[in-house]
Amino acid sequence: MKKRHTLVVLVEDHPGVLNRVVSLMRRRSFNIDSITVGHSEQPGVSRMTLVVVGRDDEVEQVGKQLYKLMEVLKVQDLTEANAVSHELAMVKVAAKAQHRAEILQVAQIFDAKVVDATPSSLLIEAVGSEDRIDNLLTMLKGFGIRELVRTGAVAMARGAQATAIKDGRAERETVIVANGSAGMAT
Amino acid sequence: MSVTEKLPSATASSAGASHGVERQLLSGAEITCRSLEAEGVTTVFGYPGGAVIPLYDALPRAGFKHVLVRFEQWAALAAEGYARATGKPGVCMATSGPGATNLVTGLADAMLDSVPMVAITGQVVQPLIGRDAFQEVDITGITLPVTKHNYLVQRVEDIAPTIKEAFYLATSGRPGPVLVDIPKTLFIQKALYSYPSTVGRRGYQPTSTPNMRQVRLAAESIARAERPLIMAGHGIMLSEATEEFRQFVEMTGIPVIFTLLGLGCFPESHPLALGMMGMHGHKHVNDALDECDLLLNVGARFDDRATGNVNGFAPKAKIVHVDIDPAELGKNIRTDVPVVGDAGEVLRQLLPEVEQRRYQAWTDWIEARRNIALEVALEHQPESPEPYTIVREIAAASNGEAIVTTDVGQHQMWTAQYFGFDHPDRWITSGGLGTMGFGLPSAIGAKIGRPDLEVWAVIGDGGFQMSMNELATCVQENLDINIAVINNGYLGMVRQWQDLFHEKNYSEVRIGGPNLEKLAEAYGITGITVRRTVEIRPAIERARSIRGPVLMDFVIEPEANVWPIVPPGASNTEMMHERRFADTE
Ligand SMILES: Cc1ncc(C[n+]2csc(CCOP(=O)(O)OP(=O)(O)O)c2C)c(N)n1
Ligand SMILES: [Mg+2]
Repeated sequence: MKKRHTLVVLVEDHPGVLNRVVSLMRRRSFNIDSITVGHSEQPGVSRMTLVVVGRDDEVEQVGKQLYKLMEVLKVQDLTEANAVSHELAMVKVAAKAQHRAEILQVAQIFDAKVVDATPSSLLIEAVGSEDRIDNLLTMLKGFGIRELVRTGAVAMARGAQATAIKDGRAERETVIVANGSAGMAT
Repeated sequence: MSVTEKLPSATASSAGASHGVERQLLSGAEITCRSLEAEGVTTVFGYPGGAVIPLYDALPRAGFKHVLVRFEQWAALAAEGYARATGKPGVCMATSGPGATNLVTGLADAMLDSVPMVAITGQVVQPLIGRDAFQEVDITGITLPVTKHNYLVQRVEDIAPTIKEAFYLATSGRPGPVLVDIPKTLFIQKALYSYPSTVGRRGYQPTSTPNMRQVRLAAESIARAERPLIMAGHGIMLSEATEEFRQFVEMTGIPVIFTLLGLGCFPESHPLALGMMGMHGHKHVNDALDECDLLLNVGARFDDRATGNVNGFAPKAKIVHVDIDPAELGKNIRTDVPVVGDAGEVLRQLLPEVEQRRYQAWTDWIEARRNIALEVALEHQPESPEPYTIVREIAAASNGEAIVTTDVGQHQMWTAQYFGFDHPDRWITSGGLGTMGFGLPSAIGAKIGRPDLEVWAVIGDGGFQMSMNELATCVQENLDINIAVINNGYLGMVRQWQDLFHEKNYSEVRIGGPNLEKLAEAYGITGITVRRTVEIRPAIERARSIRGPVLMDFVIEPEANVWPIVPPGASNTEMMHERRFADTE
């Protein structure tokens, strides 16, 4: 069964690393739903959040293929973990005077902020899960969406434990192979 | 070793004085050469051009030999031939732009067949990068999917550490090609040279020591099996584990089948060796695959030409897969017991865990499935040379000791089926990529790497015409290579598919070519034409007695086919056999 997986990928912050990751996904026919990249808590290490859709074994193969890239330090699938996954969206909504109050109300319900306004439009910024953003957009659609940008998800597991690289070395502890047996040490 | 450089003495001595280790101020070109020397490189295959002129300026003083080829693609494949024959990394170099793009096929070939290789390319001067400069191509971008890793070096100080890392990556874990792109500017700039002794790559730690839990699971599966089979791959040779493998096979008594690239990792003449599997494998081998209850794959990926349709592959078997690349486990075939590790290390761990056994009923069952009719028929020699006979005669004349390279096509499969490989690293063929033109350049690399061994290149008339320009390289280096062109006047393998699967619609497969004896004469080498079976043996003996390259033209039956064959998309048991021998089915 195909489902959506959220992968955290820690990579060395080298030129071209995003290209390597994306090129790998394309040539192996893995579909990327969204990808985000930015700094992590460690200098020299970037953190990507990749959302991919596939069967469990396909996504496991994604992880193993990613590990073959020299810059990849850690891959963690947060799908089963209790994780927070959010994206940011900015929407420019047509806002005629008679709709303004209603739009502001919708924004409030979704904890969205108005970050710019003109006599004919509102620029709304929202942060939340993909579903939540989708719902916000459904609500705003009727007023006329002039422009939209979404970042794609960034994700982090809840709890005290961190997705990090122990003692500075890459980890590939256990990769689950086929029937669930441990395929890899170290 | 290298000749000491003439340095501005003041700089050199002050540099030397301020450091404990001796460090010298050298140009990037000299640093490149020194680094290759430090890696123990003795031969590089290459072709000069604008971006590497400064590098070539330093070459005459380098401590290794440069072999000038006639086309960069064949430099890459010569480097591959060298690597496959010696087990050491092959090195090739080319200029920017067209020189670099010409290497691409060779890199892809090495990538798919896990061959250790380092390619050095020149890049345009740094200020022009990204401006579509003359002979600029983004070769790191282009080769990204066909290299294990690649680099665009940005500072002259980085050349030595990058080359160090490139060799480490190319040769460790699952070997593969690594490309180092160096802008021309850096060849000219100077830096203090010292070769690093370590490589620190956080994101690269190949697992060579297996997880003992998995090793024990593998041993338990072996203990429970009644009809086990070992599928032996190239990885056994890459890990230099042929001795461990032999011990393991003789201990466990499990019969061995080979992938195309696995041939030679265990003597084919051994009673436990069954022969090659897959599309052109032997009938009894594919039958055994269908019947086995345990398949132990050591050092092979499950390539589709080996497995046939995966849905019909080893349907009754529990699958144990030993591979150093975790991504191969479960990639194409469901795996019951994955073992990540170096083949040699895994076998050493596994050996004490298994018992001595023999599987008489099982091996009898397999032997009974041999296509005897075919084997008998092979003894009857028609007037015009049978390809099988040519291959067998070459094997016999060289006592099975020769290095044999092939091109891609029917002659490649005939050679794989009938040479009978008893030694590791003597069978050099393009498996994963199936690169036509491979035969001659890889023979050049192999001969230069192993001048002590007899070298034969068995090549189709089509593939020969792709790389025959390398005859000039053979002459230039006076290489003792016997080139056997198996001349059917066709792109034979494609013709065979058109014959069998496209109603004999022979579209664009008839291929003429030069008179090979005259061609040999033009290059100043010996040419021999063989048209009759009786001439095969004397011609081979004559070729062997001649020092230097010999070009042999074996004119065979134009429409001879490779049998048996698994039709595309079918499973391995749905083999087609030659009509006259099909009755054994
Ligand atoms: C570079 C390249 N182009 C095309 C092919 C497809 N191909 C595979 S075998 C073959 C025919 C080879 O003919 P020849 O070299 O005469 O060998 P034969 O099959 O006749 O022994 C072709 C065209 C290939 N493998 N490589
Ligand atoms: Mg031919």
